[in-house]
Amino acid sequence: MAIESEVLVIGGGLGGLTSALAAAREGADVRLVSYKQSTLRQASGLVDVLGYTPDGDGPLTDPYEAIPSLPDSHPYRKVGVGTVRDALSLFDDAVPTYEGEHTDTNALLPTHGGSIKPTARYPAGASAGLASDTRDTLLVGIEEMVDFDAPHIAAHLDATGVPFDVRGETIRFPGDLRADAKVTRYAKLLDTNSEVAVRGRMVPAREALAQRVNPLLEDEQRVGFPAILGDDNPGAIRDALGEHLGVDVFEVPMGPPSLPGLRLEDALFAALDEAGASIETGNPVVDFDGEDRIEQVYIEKNGAKIPNSADEYVLATGGFVGKGVESDRDGVYEPVFDCHVPHATDRYDWFEGELFGDHEFARYGVATDDDLRPLDASDNHEFENLRAAGSVLGGYDFAAEKSGSGVSIATGYAAGQRAAEEAR
Amino acid sequence: MGPTPHIAVIGGGSTGAGIARDLAMRGLDVTLVEQGNLTHGTTGRMHGLLHSGGRYAVSDQASATECIEENRVLRDIASHCVEMTGGLFVKRPEDSEEYFQKKLSGCEECGIPAEVVSGEEARAMEPHLAKDIDKAISVPDGAIDPFRLVVANAASAQEHGARIETHSKVTDLLVESGEVVGLEVEHDSGPGKRVHGTEGGTEEIRADYVVNATGAWAGRIGDMAGLDIEVRPSKGVMTIMNIRQVDTVINRCRPKGDADIVVPHETTAILGTTDEEVEDPEDYPEEQWEVDMMIDTLSELIPMLDEARTIRSFWGVRPLYEPPDVGSDDPTDITRDFFLLDHDERDDLPGMTSIVGGKFTTYRMMGEQISDHVCEKFGIDADCRTADEPLPGSEDFSVLRDYMDEFGLRSPIGRRSVERLGSRADDVLTTDGPNPTVCECEGVTRAEIQDAIKGSGSDLNAVRIRTRASMGNCQGGFCSHRMASELHSEYDEPVVREAWDELLQERWKGQRHALWGEQLSQAALNYALHATTQNRDQDPADGDPLDFSAFDSGRGQAGSSVDSADVAADGGTDGY
Repeated sequence: MAIESEVLVIGGGLGGLTSALAAAREGADVRLVSYKQSTLRQASGLVDVLGYTPDGDGPLTDPYEAIPSLPDSHPYRKVGVGTVRDALSLFDDAVPTYEGEHTDTNALLPTHGGSIKPTARYPAGASAGLASDTRDTLLVGIEEMVDFDAPHIAAHLDATGVPFDVRGETIRFPGDLRADAKVTRYAKLLDTNSEVAVRGRMVPAREALAQRVNPLLEDEQRVGFPAILGDDNPGAIRDALGEHLGVDVFEVPMGPPSLPGLRLEDALFAALDEAGASIETGNPVVDFDGEDRIEQVYIEKNGAKIPNSADEYVLATGGFVGKGVESDRDGVYEPVFDCHVPHATDRYDWFEGELFGDHEFARYGVATDDDLRPLDASDNHEFENLRAAGSVLGGYDFAAEKSGSGVSIATGYAAGQRAAEEAR
Repeated sequence: MGPTPHIAVIGGGSTGAGIARDLAMRGLDVTLVEQGNLTHGTTGRMHGLLHSGGRYAVSDQASATECIEENRVLRDIASHCVEMTGGLFVKRPEDSEEYFQKKLSGCEECGIPAEVVSGEEARAMEPHLAKDIDKAISVPDGAIDPFRLVVANAASAQEHGARIETHSKVTDLLVESGEVVGLEVEHDSGPGKRVHGTEGGTEEIRADYVVNATGAWAGRIGDMAGLDIEVRPSKGVMTIMNIRQVDTVINRCRPKGDADIVVPHETTAILGTTDEEVEDPEDYPEEQWEVDMMIDTLSELIPMLDEARTIRSFWGVRPLYEPPDVGSDDPTDITRDFFLLDHDERDDLPGMTSIVGGKFTTYRMMGEQISDHVCEKFGIDADCRTADEPLPGSEDFSVLRDYMDEFGLRSPIGRRSVERLGSRADDVLTTDGPNPTVCECEGVTRAEIQDAIKGSGSDLNAVRIRTRASMGNCQGGFCSHRMASELHSEYDEPVVREAWDELLQERWKGQRHALWGEQLSQAALNYALHATTQNRDQDPADGDPLDFSAFDSGRGQAGSSVDSADVAADGGTDGY
């Protein structure tokens, strides 16, 4: 007896979560299964829509304006610019702690490498750090943290021409964490606000941190920290620090393991839970039955193959990074349903010699019709009841365009909504 | 005795660095110039094998005998660069029994300790060997880190007063009255340590004698004085696996052939190699078939290689030389022996000798012979001490230490650091402040990075070869920006940015040959980290000025925190 649902979403990243959420809000009975930790923990937590055109023009001020001129193969062209906007509205509603919905204009955000990038939505925690905000800025790094060298980031930001003065200082984090402590340790200490020893006196961690920063503050009106300010209570931590320092406090988005990415994942799972979807994580889809339609898939759990059946399926397993698209020396393939992935036969055509060249591999993924249904080599549907969403899709280079989150949200929304309509 | 002669050594590979150390220890004035980083040429592109000599025990017994002698010397003077893994020559059923016996007797004739082990015994040593391997011969092969070895030789030469100039390309030989009297070099960033973005300049280095130790580039240097040096560069591919499938050097026991060796090296295993003559040591095709052949052929010895993850491939060029009257057609027939070409005797051009051919394992012996030759020219009677005096890092070195207490480092990181640093560990790892890990794949801490920066200026690739930072699984995906930040305490931001870009591009170069499976997934992640998150592909610092006012400057800019209104006073609702 299979576990049944109307819509089954495979994949728990941004595409899968949005897809399940869209289908659930349409009233469908939705089940989401995901195998590994999603790539959100590696993402900055910023939600980009489109920062640069495929030709490299940008940074774009208005991403929506550029969408109609994208190549036909681009997922945005398949769903249309209206759907992109609707999808972001769903996101804004589901994740109220994000900012940026007040305008169609991109924001420029500093990131931990010291450069700035265009993005469409940003966590509230990053909002006081916008590069177009002209307030002078102090960046504070932690001596033990190799991922955030405040003086270096400040100097690099300055080289980008930001319209404010920026300075970097480095402190020892109060509380004697070991040199290789993970970001989650810092976050926990601030979340719990446990007392730490400062010159023989016990002081709550947030206050102790502010005390370290206070003497370094000159006349800057905002202070940026690496994104370690709490996992459960980031808003309260920022407010406490801001109150002690008398300035606005923000976090600079970082690489993995990324707390803003993990917080976003938590927020979306919570929204999905609230929408009444059933969720199963940690087990892979290993097999399926079906020719023209998928009858059921098998999920491996403790060595047993558990059948799951649905009317409609959404494939949101990710790209090369998330292993929703795989490769070997002979070619590129989609491992769950063996959907066709168009690619060059010679693997030396998959990449360019330049680090940031126009790499083909970056655009590899399943090809779909305008309904996001994957197509085989002859342009026929692989399965009548399968749609694909997120970076398992081909035809766009999210890293170069800064379009990853936007494509995942827009195609996830479209696939989830259509699957729900179809199933009902 | 007159004033101290000044010797200019061209080439910063193992041979040049070995010569510089030897001559400097004998009290001569030495200047070494190298066009790139130390090990930029052939030395940095080898498989890391410390030969027992077994490989040449049938075909080239003179080389084999030299190898076993030097193998013993290097274990002693360069212990922090050597891992005595041991080696096996394994025989598959289709390989010739006659050759196996020849290999065994050849080893005996050359004084190489060799024993026959059964297939079962070989698999007990190395469980991943193919089930149908009949038997093997064990020999004292080892693994050696060419970067560490050359850096240690250069450091020792400097301690003895030598001047070492990297990123300094020889643009001309100075010939006056029919004699070589020096060089003209072009400094990429001025003399001394490399600093990116610094104005270079040319320098005339006058010398009493010039040693051309440029290996595959020897012909180019010769051309500058109208000399004909017939080096026959031969390329070979090396494919690096992300783990050590074996802890012993595995050689295929059959006559010379492609893809017949696996060398465990640090955290990796290196598959090698091919042997193809090329025209130009700097410009030759790096081809897919070579990589595929490494994997396919060596899978016959170690089947799991077929599905294993490789992190990159690189090519090196052997500086093969044969006297003009031999005329081999096939590069594999060319001797691995080395030759001193005294241009006075050979071409009536006094003042310079070239050293060509030879191999990494015998670098010290080559250095000794040419140093003897130079000293003889000047009537200097000074003994060679390079076989007896340990290199910096290998003095009284024991790895039996407690890193946790000593340096506050987690044990594997401490162990790796101390293995790399050898007797320098105390100096380098004893720090006042915290010493976090910068490169997790290879366990390299801030202190070790800072020590390397002191040695190599703003050059992150030079830091890389000294420390192995960015040489592990992620190929710099997670640590390149950290390494760049470590430079920033010493160098200005634009200098750092240029060094950072150079490192990223260098890491990309070799990874391209490993882009499938896990490593393509890794490369896609690195691309996302560097382009998506850090926007380094469109870094505004490198481009045209932006109009910041055209972008979103926030919802309630000026003053209060934008989300404080949404946050309950007790922190119950929370902003992200």
